[in-house]
Amino acid sequence: MGLITPEIGLLFWMFVTFGIVFFILAKFAWKPIMKSLSEREDSIAEALDKAEEAKKQMANLKADNEKLLAQARSEREAILREAKEMKESIIAQAKSSADTEGKKMIASAKENIEREKSAAIADLKNQVAAYSIEIAEKLIRKKLESNKEQDELVNKAINDFHLN
Amino acid sequence: MAVKVSYFSKAKVFTLLVLFLTFFSVNVRAQEHEVGAVEPIEHPVKEAKFNAGKMILEHIADAHEWHVAGNFTIPLPCIIYSQEKGLDVFMSSQFLPHHEEKRAYGDYLMEEGKVKLENGGKLYDFSITKNVLSLLVSGAMLLLVFLTVARSYKTRSGKAPKGLQSMLEPIILFVRDDIAKPTIGPKYNRFMPLLLTIFFFIFFGNLLGLIPVFPGGANLTGNVAITGFLAVIVLGVVTFIANKHYWGHIIAMPGVPKWVLIILTPIEILGFVLRPFVLMVRLFANITAGHIISLAFYSLIFIFGAKSAVAGYGVSIVSIMFTVFMFAMELLVAFLQAFVFTLLTAIYFGSAIEEPAHH
Repeated sequence: MGLITPEIGLLFWMFVTFGIVFFILAKFAWKPIMKSLSEREDSIAEALDKAEEAKKQMANLKADNEKLLAQARSEREAILREAKEMKESIIAQAKSSADTEGKKMIASAKENIEREKSAAIADLKNQVAAYSIEIAEKLIRKKLESNKEQDELVNKAINDFHLN
Repeated sequence: MAVKVSYFSKAKVFTLLVLFLTFFSVNVRAQEHEVGAVEPIEHPVKEAKFNAGKMILEHIADAHEWHVAGNFTIPLPCIIYSQEKGLDVFMSSQFLPHHEEKRAYGDYLMEEGKVKLENGGKLYDFSITKNVLSLLVSGAMLLLVFLTVARSYKTRSGKAPKGLQSMLEPIILFVRDDIAKPTIGPKYNRFMPLLLTIFFFIFFGNLLGLIPVFPGGANLTGNVAITGFLAVIVLGVVTFIANKHYWGHIIAMPGVPKWVLIILTPIEILGFVLRPFVLMVRLFANITAGHIISLAFYSLIFIFGAKSAVAGYGVSIVSIMFTVFMFAMELLVAFLQAFVFTLLTAIYFGSAIEEPAHH
């Protein structure tokens, strides 16, 4: 029965030892240990949260970048398309204006030519007429050097008048 | 990962070393008993043959001296108070040696490992016995280990644990996260110092009891005074912290017909005392049983050895194999019992401060 009878001496020493150990450990070991454990856990949790947040921000940033990039790309395309259209329209316009200008120029040139030609023809006609009259005068003068011939011509002309 | 592997291999080496020492030292002790068996040439009347039961009981009981090996015994101080003689302090070596018929010193008598007054009067024995010394050693170890660890928490605050700190941190976290938090709830922090002290006191005491050489090998946590004291602390704390809800459930369980309370209240009150009592008995019985089984296997060697040397050597192989197994079991039990005691204590605390649920 000695085994299951608690001895007063051991109880006493247990009271003393456990008491001292408990109070020293509670104050100088468990308190700082538990505190630094929870602090470390908090800081780890915080760091993880921050990392998660950073990850999210990164993702957001990346998405923003992508969006910006896509926007820039579409803008570039739009600008390019616009430029191309503008180029084509300018070319077309230039072509058409050159066409009309050419036509106009040709038309005015033709007109000028026509005018010059008719003027030249008129001039030529006048000169030919003048020359013809001169020649005819010279001829007539030569032919009418004799009276006979003058009479003959007057007769003939009178005949011709009559005939007419 | 590599660090972990090397750590485990270190732990393995350490375990093997401890195991080796166990056999070595228990063999030495056993040999000494064998010497005791040869001794009858000098004292033919007293120790005729090896008495396994006596050896085992002597080992698991408390003693006023610490037997180390062979004839080497450390005497321990006796502090005796009695009304007739007052306070007396002397070393246990003052008593006549072990094999004397009557171990007397002055008016004191050493009988079955206990100091008595020769005239049979009442005395109070506050001696530093084997268990008390073991208690002091484990207390000193607890202080040394955990103050060191606490310091490394201060110096390495915010950094990863290292060395002793990293070895004990998982256990501290285990007590906090797997014992205290789920059973006590959000107010667990208040009980952490007591739970940790109880856990490590039992754990260290159990492990120290497994080391067969001085200063280990005492049956500290297998002593009913130690486990009883722990249980009384638990009971005291529960009585102190218990809220109205808890007392209400013990004295008059709500929602139960009045006549049932006549049966239920005594049962609840009995349960209130029984719970710490069971804590006390469980730890005491488990640790003592472990010591008894290991020693019994060794005793087999000498019981058979007394019949014939061949049988003794033959049985020793089997016995050692069984003891290796038992030692491994005891290592598990050392942790398990510390865990169970602390867990039940935490559950007990948790139920004492539980706020009434909505029903």
